[in-house]
Amino acid sequence: MDFFAFVKPKNELEATAEKQQNVPFVPEEMWVKCPKCNTLLLTTDMEENLHVCTHCDHHFRMSAAQRIALLADKGSFDEQDAELTSKNILGFPGYDEKLSKASKKAKESVRCGICTIDGVRTVLCVMDADFMMGSMGTVTGEKITRAFEYATEKKLPVVVCTVSGGARMQEGILSLMQMAKTSGAVKRHSDAGLLYITVLTDPTTGGVTASFAMEGDIILAEPNALVAFAGPRVIEQTMRQKLPKDFQTSEFVLQKGFIDAVVQRSALKPTLAKLLRLHGYGEG
Amino acid sequence: MANTTNNTYPAYEKVLAARDASKLTAVDFIQHMFGDSFFELHGDRRFSDDKAIVAGLAKLYEMPVTVIGIEKGRNTKERMERNFGQAHPEGYRKALRLIKQAEKFRRPVLCLVDTSGAFPGIGAEERGQGQAIAENLMEMMTLKTPVLTILIGEGGSGGALALAVADEVWMLENSVYSVISPEGCASILWKDSAKAPQAAEALKMTAQDLFRLGVVERIIRQPKADDLAMFESLKLLVMRTLEKNLALPDAELLQRRYDRFRKIGAQDAQE
Repeated sequence: MDFFAFVKPKNELEATAEKQQNVPFVPEEMWVKCPKCNTLLLTTDMEENLHVCTHCDHHFRMSAAQRIALLADKGSFDEQDAELTSKNILGFPGYDEKLSKASKKAKESVRCGICTIDGVRTVLCVMDADFMMGSMGTVTGEKITRAFEYATEKKLPVVVCTVSGGARMQEGILSLMQMAKTSGAVKRHSDAGLLYITVLTDPTTGGVTASFAMEGDIILAEPNALVAFAGPRVIEQTMRQKLPKDFQTSEFVLQKGFIDAVVQRSALKPTLAKLLRLHGYGEG
Repeated sequence: MANTTNNTYPAYEKVLAARDASKLTAVDFIQHMFGDSFFELHGDRRFSDDKAIVAGLAKLYEMPVTVIGIEKGRNTKERMERNFGQAHPEGYRKALRLIKQAEKFRRPVLCLVDTSGAFPGIGAEERGQGQAIAENLMEMMTLKTPVLTILIGEGGSGGALALAVADEVWMLENSVYSVISPEGCASILWKDSAKAPQAAEALKMTAQDLFRLGVVERIIRQPKADDLAMFESLKLLVMRTLEKNLALPDAELLQRRYDRFRKIGAQDAQE
């Protein structure tokens, strides 16, 4: 029994910036606690700041819809293959329930479409952590593959924003095969001389890291995202030792030479537009 | 672990059989199939020589081939040296170097896969395990020479797939191939790795399951060390398959390989 439970909310409020002290009562959903610096932020402030902590610059996860709104020009996103939805192909126990729960939070693990980014026509795929932590099932692989095949046919560049816990184990070997399938489609797009940019967001791991996430001509990452093949917990179990600080962050993989740049969320759209234009893509 | 088997979970018995330390490893297969003609090649030319990957040139009857195997080792000393068949990025890069070399000479490639997975460790992550596997997948998809992969034990996730983007994939009758180990799956989903036998069933990871799912082309009878006739027939089968694919024009070979993976999950999605 926690006898001090009743004073806790007050203390937490007091711990934040002075301007918030005069607020007598605020419903909980109006506040969000930054997981990095523990500051309580007004949800509206955080959202206005592109889901970035106004205090410590921590980049919160964004839903696919929010990220599409961030990157695609207003009203330009023409979604493709939205009708494809995950099914329990192998009859895996408990998967039906997981899928129906996930589909209440997000449409699918990835959303793909054609849009303009600062006027430049681009195929955009955005993964969604709200759908089973962006794990890659057959539908994920199929949608990404179709997006690359379309882009190859129409000679368009591709931008993929990744967030994924890895391959989806409830689809067994079929999900593993999506790594090869998507890699094949990326290779054909690449061989056609077309540009592919990946944006790694927190977390990008497992089978997605070991396939299309690492296959971009240019690989960008948001600050402090987890970028890994084997996740930190798996490695700790194998090594039986604590991992070095900042291991497997965007900054770490940048230093090791595996990505091109760490880009602040506020600079992401202008950076993509600049890189697209540098490759000769433009209006019309 | 071995005590947890029972007849209710035949898939898990296959898992244990695939991990059986007394079964033939990649080096055994190379010896039995190629004998003295095998010449081992080392190193990724970038970092080091990963002993979890054994690779080289050999003659299959009169046909020169590039052979790449993942080797677990046959005794404790070898297993330590081979890192229990868990390759680092430099292992996958050594494989890719020799696969590209095979393409240059239009020499067919035979991959023998037996691994619980790519090594999960600090050095492996620092040197880009994900990037190394991803590059293999991409490059093998458009490799202009025939590739045949045989799973001779465990096929553990991305670490196995990195050598299995092939024109055909075969499995020994007691081999398994999965996106995750049944123990890993059970501990993540059910917080209990002792439920691995149930996970093995659910994952559909036996050679027979994969054949039914259309993911592999052929199931091969489990050979024994002194079973010379069995190795002779395997050699013939491998040669016929490589010759058939060697005769194809590049464009057709690559289209078939692309379609082989392209179809997986496509119909399910369209339903």
